[in-house]
Amino acid sequence: MTLSGWLQIGLILGLAALTARPLGLYMARVFSGERTFLTPALSPIERLFYRLTGVSPEREQGWLAYTLAMLAFSAAGFASLYAILRLQAFLPLNPQGFDNVPPDLAFNTAISFLTNTNWQAYGGETTMSHFSQMAGLAVHNFLSAATGIALALAVTRAFARASAATLGNFWVDLTRATLYVLLPISLLLAIAFLATGAPQTLAGSVEATTLEGAKQTIALGPMASQEAIKQLGTNGGGFLNANSAHPFENPSAVANLLQVWSMLAVSLGLLIMFGRMVGAEKQGWAFLKVVGVLLIAGVAVIYWSESAGNPLLTQLGLDPANGNMEGKELRFGLALSSLFAAVTTGLSCGAVNAMHDSLTPLGGLVPMFLIQLGEVLPGGVGSGLYGLVVFAILSVFVAGLMVGRTPEFLGKKIESREIKLSMLAVLILPLAILGFSAVAAVLPAALSSLANSGPHGLSEILYAYTSSAGNNGSAFAGLSANTPWWNITTALAMALGRFGYVVPVVAIAGSIAAKKKAMASAGTFPTDGGLFVGLVVGVILIVGGLQFFPALALGPIVEHVLMLAGKTF
Amino acid sequence: MSQKSLAKHKLSLFDPAIFREAAVEAFKKLAPHKLAANPVIFVTEVVAALVTLLWLRSLFLGGSEPFFSGQIALWLWFTVLFATFAEAVAEGRGKAQAATLRATRSDTMAKRLRDPEASGHSAAIDNVPALDLRAGDTVLVEAGDIIPSDGDIVEGVASVNESAITGESAPVIREAGGDRCAVTGGTTVLSDWIKVRITAQPGNTFIDRMIALVEGAERQKTPNELALSVLLAGLTLIFLIAVVTLWSLGVYSGMNVSVVVLVALLVTLIPTTIGGLLSAIGIAGMDRLVRFNVLATSGRAVEAAGDVDTLLLDKTGTITFGNRMASEFIPMPGVSAADLAEAALAASLGDETPEGRSIVALAKSEFGAREPDFGGVAPTIVPFAAQTRLSGVDAGGRAIRKGAVEAVLRFIGLPADSTPPDFKAGVERIGHSGGTPLAVADKGRLLGLIHLKDVVKPGIRERFAALRAMGIKTVMITGDNPLTAASIATEAGVDDFLAEATPEDKLNLIRKEQTGGRLVAMCGDGTNDAPALAQADVGVAMQTGTQAAREAGNMVDLDSDPTKLIEIVEIGKQLLMTRGSLTTFSIANDVAKYFAILPALFIATYPELGALNVMGLSSPRSAILSAVIFNAIIIVLLIPLALKGVAYRPVGAAALLRRNLLIYGLGGLIAPFIGIKAIDIVVAALHLA
Repeated sequence: MTLSGWLQIGLILGLAALTARPLGLYMARVFSGERTFLTPALSPIERLFYRLTGVSPEREQGWLAYTLAMLAFSAAGFASLYAILRLQAFLPLNPQGFDNVPPDLAFNTAISFLTNTNWQAYGGETTMSHFSQMAGLAVHNFLSAATGIALALAVTRAFARASAATLGNFWVDLTRATLYVLLPISLLLAIAFLATGAPQTLAGSVEATTLEGAKQTIALGPMASQEAIKQLGTNGGGFLNANSAHPFENPSAVANLLQVWSMLAVSLGLLIMFGRMVGAEKQGWAFLKVVGVLLIAGVAVIYWSESAGNPLLTQLGLDPANGNMEGKELRFGLALSSLFAAVTTGLSCGAVNAMHDSLTPLGGLVPMFLIQLGEVLPGGVGSGLYGLVVFAILSVFVAGLMVGRTPEFLGKKIESREIKLSMLAVLILPLAILGFSAVAAVLPAALSSLANSGPHGLSEILYAYTSSAGNNGSAFAGLSANTPWWNITTALAMALGRFGYVVPVVAIAGSIAAKKKAMASAGTFPTDGGLFVGLVVGVILIVGGLQFFPALALGPIVEHVLMLAGKTF
Repeated sequence: MSQKSLAKHKLSLFDPAIFREAAVEAFKKLAPHKLAANPVIFVTEVVAALVTLLWLRSLFLGGSEPFFSGQIALWLWFTVLFATFAEAVAEGRGKAQAATLRATRSDTMAKRLRDPEASGHSAAIDNVPALDLRAGDTVLVEAGDIIPSDGDIVEGVASVNESAITGESAPVIREAGGDRCAVTGGTTVLSDWIKVRITAQPGNTFIDRMIALVEGAERQKTPNELALSVLLAGLTLIFLIAVVTLWSLGVYSGMNVSVVVLVALLVTLIPTTIGGLLSAIGIAGMDRLVRFNVLATSGRAVEAAGDVDTLLLDKTGTITFGNRMASEFIPMPGVSAADLAEAALAASLGDETPEGRSIVALAKSEFGAREPDFGGVAPTIVPFAAQTRLSGVDAGGRAIRKGAVEAVLRFIGLPADSTPPDFKAGVERIGHSGGTPLAVADKGRLLGLIHLKDVVKPGIRERFAALRAMGIKTVMITGDNPLTAASIATEAGVDDFLAEATPEDKLNLIRKEQTGGRLVAMCGDGTNDAPALAQADVGVAMQTGTQAAREAGNMVDLDSDPTKLIEIVEIGKQLLMTRGSLTTFSIANDVAKYFAILPALFIATYPELGALNVMGLSSPRSAILSAVIFNAIIIVLLIPLALKGVAYRPVGAAALLRRNLLIYGLGGLIAPFIGIKAIDIVVAALHLA
């Protein structure tokens, strides 16, 4: 670890923290229906949409109607995306003449982009036509992120309101999230990426002759624009297989800074928006601190582990001073690769600028563990906010009892219904991750896809289901995921991880909104102080750790001790 | 009939008789249908049975390590038994109390009137067993009879000994009409006779309900207990997933993890500590109230007490002594304070009211005044009379009088506007401070004023400060005018007051507080308190109160002491805190158990994972056994805490949380490392594994 490495990390995280407040306050205005500087330009378009679709923006929905609208929208999105992928050979903008996507892969990919996971069992430049990328995948990069924001709004309003029957209008929230938040920032980001050298063209590829005289096909496409929403919407599905490690997706240090910032920007802003809208901005900052503590700790462990390098390679004569550079871009080095790995997994983004499979065992454990903790660091766009709220509810429940009152969070009593639904949501991750992993670990059809045997192979299995159930989408690589078994099971894990989590969460929102808002008193446990931050961090680590410690012990942890003992497989 | 009351029947926490009975009960509670309500312990019982079967198989059909699996099975059964034992101990005390109460109920005979409307003492009666009485019957109860059931007096007045219920042996007067007409079955008429219209159906009398309550027969899970059960069930499910899937991940890694070991891991991870103690905590909380002579009609009310934000307290009897007392003498110019005190004392010789006595007491204690010597002439005492509102003494040409200001002025024939300015100022000052002025005159001359005031009970200010620290707002309810109310409110240190309060005002105040999301507690005894008692989240009715009040509230205070509200709140908080603290402890324990069992589980395949054996446990089997033993024993060790409750300190939520997190969170993290290591040393020394 070097000082300059930490300075780079600090600069990028500091920038993201700096923009959280203005973005949060802006979103609070947008979603409260107040005027912003974009209103004159965008509100006619917004109203046009409502007129065309017959939505009356004033009519609010209860939690069930809100959930059903979200599910219906997702189902329609799945059907259209699946159709585009299955029919891409007959559709325009297919300069490389790619064939239709096979059914299991199309199923997997449709679910993947629908759930904001962007798990990619395919290589983009060798599978997807420009039309599929632009009208299919990129559209869902916007919509899945906007859906997440809408769900976060439902939860936010639940705490902002008292004795309320409704949570807002899903269609309005969806429209505003896309129109006022995601599109304008993406536009600016796309131009910025373009300026740093990312290609933006409808051409398919160029032929190049290498120094050895070999012919090489270099893929091109509308990358700058794809890149913008891929990062901003915490989607992570790259245009190219190498994702943000590829110089076209992530051309320079400035681009890399923008990439990390744009992953964090909306999720952090939503925390402040939450605080603002519930009338306690300090609550938003308390959440931000929870995220900060865990994220920086995550970066530190990866950075430390990667800098320590691999003793086995040192024995072979490699200079240990450079740390473990396998699978990393020299342009980014250890510090920025470590930062990217922690942020992309803490966030549930899934873009990568280094290969996680090549991280040291402990360095690889952290990204996996960060996903397993749930979408809380700060989680995907929207999903991070409600993930944090669920953990806050659980923390406050136990802590509230310890101060001798029925637990309250932001004036809302936490009772058995909220706990029931929170537990239901929390159960989804271990069920999907450990359940599928347990089957895959003994199933020959699944095991044949592994690149490694021994504990690293187990890490690959665990990572695949962790990434999909956690709606992250980053790959550990090493796993040949494009087989019917993996395509179908990871798709199921993704759907469970998104909808199995979200439905109980919106139900919680419904029940919270209906409650009275109690005044805080000296007897109420304050939820914006350091004690609360420490408590939530503790609960997240203990709940997550207890669930996955046995599995991690057999994967990365044993791999680490074996590496130190000099054993390989 | 036993005259032992609940109050007098206080059993120590660990009465040997309760222990013996609880030990038997603990086995009866093993019946699966009884345990099913407690998912954590139910799962433990199921896997204990499973391991027992595996042990039997290895014993008879030959298998690996019957000695080891036998011990695990044994300790799993102990885990379940310790949990049922905890509950049985908590119930034990209630059962003993119920037995005492039951004695009062049986074999009472009643004198039922043939014609319920018949009046007079000598109406025709039938002798019937008390248990045959229906609501609407009228019974005659004479001196020496036990009142057969709950009812209202329709005719007569009697003194009643209610010690069977309240523990208070001084008799109380009960009479037809008004707020003192309710009588309770099981109490005894000492003098005179009354006719009582029975209001309770058989089996639903106050004593019946008390029996059911202390026995826990009608115990249902309270809302918060339910929420916590859900959390524990969820955690159990999560650990079930983690453990079951571990088998398959083990197979991948080339190890064959035995079912016995997986079960051991599961049981140590699921929150058996809090799961085993949860119902004991709830029962003990109710029991603490009962021992405090307060009966809650539901556990829900006890929980609500912990949440109370606003306390409505009646001024009279709660905040002040209820009688105005002399606090100051204000002499007129030219009169010494000692002379005034002496005159006031003399004038009060004929005043036997508490006010009069307080004047005598003040004059004696503050000024050393003695009864004046009237030159050997026997004084003529003029006793206090409501008509004249004066009392005094005539002797040797002196006519000393004290009384209401107008009455004294009229007596000496002085018009109010000709009084000296100092007098006027004194009257005004006393009025402003909420007190009552009395004037003193001798030989037609004004000597000065006595300041009578409502005296706030000593120590009450500190209690309100403690309540404020808990985050509870106190509101004083009084019929006084706003001026008087404000002055007493300031002196007592309440946060707010409601002056000239009518029952409707009270009800409106409660509604207003509740609309603001606050929980309200109050106490009351009159029939006109009933609507407010019913509306309040915690309504404590006084045992001396009317039937209507007792039915409207969700708690009855047998001592009829309104200040108890404060203790009730603390008991409610203690109940919740005990649950939270033990839950935290239980979950924090899991970390150490992982470090005990996981290395033991994996070490055969990956010897390098021995690095995780941070406790340096002697062998894999000893590690697993020690963790299981620790997990069982900790339940027993925590039974006293569960029954007594975690201590509550009124220091504010953040400080309280920090303290409990430190003790039960950090303590729960560290304790098992030490405990498991210690057990491991013993297990290794005894060659148990």
